[in-house]
Amino acid sequence: MQWEIVIGLEVHAQLATKSKIFSGAATTFGAEPNSQACSVDLGLPGVLPVLNREVVTMAVQFGRAIEAELGYRSVFARKNYFYPDLPKGYQISQFELPIVGRGDVDIELDDGTIKRVGVTRAHLEEDAGKSLHEEFQDCTGVDLNRAGTPLLEIVSEPDMRSAKEAVAYARKIHQIVQYLGICDGNMQEGSFRCDANVSVRPMGQEALGTRAEVKNLNSFRFLEKAINYEVERQIDVIDGGGKVKQETRLYDAGKNETRSMRSKEEANDYRYFPDPDLLPVEFDEAFVAEVTKDLPEMPDAKRVRLIEQYGLKVTEAVTLISCRTLADYYEAAAESAGDAKLAANWVLGDLLGALNKSCLKIETSPVTPVMLGGMIQRIVDNTISGKIAKQVFEAMWAGEGDADAIIEAKGLKQITDSGAIEKIVDEVIAANPNQAEQFRAGKEKMLGFFVGQVMKQSKGKANPQQVNELLRSKLAPS
Amino acid sequence: MFEKTITELSAALRAGEFSSVELTQAYLDRIKQFDGDLNSYITVDAEGALATAAEADKRIQAGETGPLIGIPIAQKDIFCTDGVKTSCGSRMLDNFIAPYDATVITRMKQAGMVMLGKTNMDEFAMGSSNETSWYGPVKNPWDLERVPGGSSGGSAASVAARLAVASTGTDTGGSIRQPAALCGITGLKPTYGRISRFGMIAFASSLDQAGTMTRSAEDSALLLQAMAGFDPADSTSADEPVPDYSATLNDDLTGLKIGLPKEYFGEGLDPEMEKTINAAVDEYKKMGAEVVEISLPNTHLAVPTYYVVAPAECSSNLSRFDGVRFGHRCEDPKDLEDLYKRSRGEGFGDEVKRRILMGAYVLSAGYYDAYYLQAQKIRHLISDDFTRAFKEVDVIMGPTTPDAPFKLGEKASDPVSMYLSDIYTIAVNLAGLPGVSIPVEPVNGLPAGLQIIGNYFAEAKLLNVAHRYQQQTDWHRAIPEGYDV
Repeated sequence: MQWEIVIGLEVHAQLATKSKIFSGAATTFGAEPNSQACSVDLGLPGVLPVLNREVVTMAVQFGRAIEAELGYRSVFARKNYFYPDLPKGYQISQFELPIVGRGDVDIELDDGTIKRVGVTRAHLEEDAGKSLHEEFQDCTGVDLNRAGTPLLEIVSEPDMRSAKEAVAYARKIHQIVQYLGICDGNMQEGSFRCDANVSVRPMGQEALGTRAEVKNLNSFRFLEKAINYEVERQIDVIDGGGKVKQETRLYDAGKNETRSMRSKEEANDYRYFPDPDLLPVEFDEAFVAEVTKDLPEMPDAKRVRLIEQYGLKVTEAVTLISCRTLADYYEAAAESAGDAKLAANWVLGDLLGALNKSCLKIETSPVTPVMLGGMIQRIVDNTISGKIAKQVFEAMWAGEGDADAIIEAKGLKQITDSGAIEKIVDEVIAANPNQAEQFRAGKEKMLGFFVGQVMKQSKGKANPQQVNELLRSKLAPS
Repeated sequence: MFEKTITELSAALRAGEFSSVELTQAYLDRIKQFDGDLNSYITVDAEGALATAAEADKRIQAGETGPLIGIPIAQKDIFCTDGVKTSCGSRMLDNFIAPYDATVITRMKQAGMVMLGKTNMDEFAMGSSNETSWYGPVKNPWDLERVPGGSSGGSAASVAARLAVASTGTDTGGSIRQPAALCGITGLKPTYGRISRFGMIAFASSLDQAGTMTRSAEDSALLLQAMAGFDPADSTSADEPVPDYSATLNDDLTGLKIGLPKEYFGEGLDPEMEKTINAAVDEYKKMGAEVVEISLPNTHLAVPTYYVVAPAECSSNLSRFDGVRFGHRCEDPKDLEDLYKRSRGEGFGDEVKRRILMGAYVLSAGYYDAYYLQAQKIRHLISDDFTRAFKEVDVIMGPTTPDAPFKLGEKASDPVSMYLSDIYTIAVNLAGLPGVSIPVEPVNGLPAGLQIIGNYFAEAKLLNVAHRYQQQTDWHRAIPEGYDV
């Protein structure tokens, strides 16, 4: 049987505000447990939530970025359930009237085609705290620092048909929120989390299969692996004559498997109702215009522009726009270098390689765009060869200064004096009469041998083009 | 000094007749003398009160002129008070000391008021007789066998017995006006949002409103002045200008249009109560008011609607009392579920449990539309009744309660008959309107209250109407036998 996979994603993006969504406490990650929880976050008797206006701005910016319908009047609702890290016994969320309605995002598939994925809605809510089970014996610790951190929950339509598509969608949302600067996107710290609703159905069937919600996916790689595992599991269940149960499943990255967390029967009845402590959130066109007037260029537009403006290949542009800071870095380097193609090669090649190797982010690269651009200028003006440039780059990375200083200090300047090159060429030909004879007899590939010898003698500094020309004329049959 | 109004006390303090410390000590002594029987206070903070009084004396000597400086007040134990136990009448919070002051408390402190202590109340403000308090029932000073009303029963009894100059209350379905009526004092529930709810332990957030419990409308105006106004810490507090409530107390009532809803004078109203209310209305006629009959056709839906909305909100508001971070925690919980079940089972009393159950039920999947949503729709109909009425009349009058104070235990085992004692007050909360109850001629020697309902933010008008009556009559000056000053 041919199976069709159906996936919808729920993304929780932590909004990058300084204070919490309903209190003045700070949101900094990694502070001492419970040092960033005020009376409101603790849910003390009598306290009241007050909405942080910044989250409304951020949600509206996101809504505009995906060209979604906006909820000009949205309502906070209480989602009631008991858990020790949920101090009030309810989470303030949005239910019937979310702040962002129906929108779309486009994702690129491997074959280069564009697929449109629907976003059902995005709503504002507060995060819960953290229960710490491992650190304490026979009891559970509760850290409420995260309680009240603002989240934008972005819910997709069940439009994705493979784990790869789901990852492409998640990456796209990740890109958009980072471009907007409304989320730092850090998946390890939980600033960007995905839950996947996965089901399968026989190809051609219209009715959806029973879905399982897979949680705890804290990297794109785990998202892909978890979906693939879950799809296999569901097909196995059906093939074995069973039925897929509607349930919540937890992904275990160590074992690469999903396991049941709670079934539909065990699920809470959340008893949603409008939160009487908060007024409906209302804004108008003028507010939207105000908060979206300085929106940065979005990834899709940037991709198109980079290709047009710099003559880049699609694959190059796609990698460069994956993160706004990388694209900014590239544009600065290209401008400084004066050669956009060469700049793309260096950024995507040596720079990304070096960053990965030392686990650095582009923001903290020891080689600035201007430094890289300056080095590329020296390639373009023939001061150094591409090969020598690799040495220069390494030295810049090691903090030895900019390209010009390094070239000067290490004497890496290319030899372009034809007299000096000619002298080496003559010596090399004289030292290798047999090889010269073979070349003259038509063995063209011997030229490479001579080039290599000359470059070796010149310690790589001879201008390769001049070396080639001189060798050809000297070795020509007389 | 116990018969003096706030204005008179303020003048006496300034004239040096006695100091705030002396006044406070006199009240503390009186509490010691009478409150053993009455049980109107849960906590008396003698030390704190005397310290604040000493501060107040310094402020008075320094020439500060605020009318509330140095005046002793009792706070309902629903308002969080920094460093002083806030129990909300519940075992659940018997060990709870809030680390902050409610906005109401902060404002009164700034005004220089002296807090004598925290008054008894129905548990989490759920009750109409003060019998649901973990700290035992409050007695009505007019007859110790009778209830003082609830939930602000301790506040009402303490003012009636002159164990405080004034007190605060909160009113979710009549919890200020009903005990004020049953204890023969003046109880004002302002418009929803007029006073900040921050730091006031929530029962039903969309209905809860703090207010004043005083001996006169004049005193109420002074207290309200200090309490009212927008609070950035409460999103539902009203950003509306606060008028000078004392300035219009004496306005002439000629031509005032009074509406009497026919639904408030029908079946269920004690004929004696009806008589005394009519007599009070006649007093207004003498002052030049016009009286017309009006209709509030959805009145009969108010109690059932309220008992969907209020429990729904309370079931959620009381979820935070889970034994995890503060409040009562059971001994040696086996696991998380055991912790929840026993902490809440032991911490809450029966009436609170009953309302949590009702509330969870009406919000459940499958019942939400039939109960909660339906109740919200009816709530609009009830508001519309009033909106229509206020196009015709300036104020609405009627009885605050259907009858005089009932006996302790009389309705304790019959929740529905207990709920019906709030039949005239509940609609006002559902609509968010202001209402005041003032003492009128007693019924068989027991207090009775006239309820005056006003339009949104018409507190100044209500106090004006109440004050003019209190200038013509002396019912509000009556002191229960045995509590003579």
